[in-house]
Amino acid sequence: MAPASPGLTGRPRRARPQAARYCGAVIKHVRAAAGAVALWFAPARVRAEGTTPDYRFSLANERTFLAWLRTALALVGGGFAVDQFLRDLRRPVRVTLAVVLVVGGAMCAVRAVNHWVRSERAMRRGEDLPVSRFPALLAVLVALVAVAMLLTAVLGWAG
Amino acid sequence: MTAPGGDTPRDPGLQPERTRLAWRRTTLAFAVAALLAGREALLHGVSPAGLLGLSLCALAWLAFTVATQRRIAALGSARPAAMTAGTAAWAVLCVVVLAVAGALLVFLGPR
Repeated sequence: MAPASPGLTGRPRRARPQAARYCGAVIKHVRAAAGAVALWFAPARVRAEGTTPDYRFSLANERTFLAWLRTALALVGGGFAVDQFLRDLRRPVRVTLAVVLVVGGAMCAVRAVNHWVRSERAMRRGEDLPVSRFPALLAVLVALVAVAMLLTAVLGWAG
Repeated sequence: MTAPGGDTPRDPGLQPERTRLAWRRTTLAFAVAALLAGREALLHGVSPAGLLGLSLCALAWLAFTVATQRRIAALGSARPAAMTAGTAAWAVLCVVVLAVAGALLVFLGPR
């Protein structure tokens, strides 16, 4: 029993700093995001930092940005296609799928410019490239939409 | 990719060329998405809201094409400067306008 009691009393004491640390991390994240958004509209500030990387690296970063933009456009176009070509679906289902795809596309586009700025800045400062969980989230979204489509198709045939 | 003056060697990886083609592909993808959005607007007859959405999508595509042309012109040199954040934000704004106008068209569409 004796070893348990320090743990029991220790837990609530540890809980508060953890919550505080979590809040701090969230605030830091929001601040970083706000700083990145400010950077989109202040190209001179990006250019003022560090040294200009080899132009080929900047061009590769630009092409990656454009590839993400095409992914965004494919999602947006896919949303329109769902609404126009799956007329057999009931309207709520069809509109939900279409809007999820279109909104996902818009988020993908916004993320593209944010990631481009962060990569450009990291290259100027000679830091590691930023990591991102966005590709994983996008994969989950696409998988969910695919499963939803499959389910509606199967249920449609069954009904 | 040798500059007309000729002291910089061409890039063996043809990076400016590939970047130019990436902009072209993206404009084409934008055109396809904008055409689908236009079809969405006109699918069930002409309405004021549909026409407004249609013109917004067309305007977004036009604005994106202007950005593409300007960037492609800038990529013509042997050692092109990096894309500015303004160009990137402009391109993304065009995509977001298309997405928002399209989502409204989907919502306002007939049952």
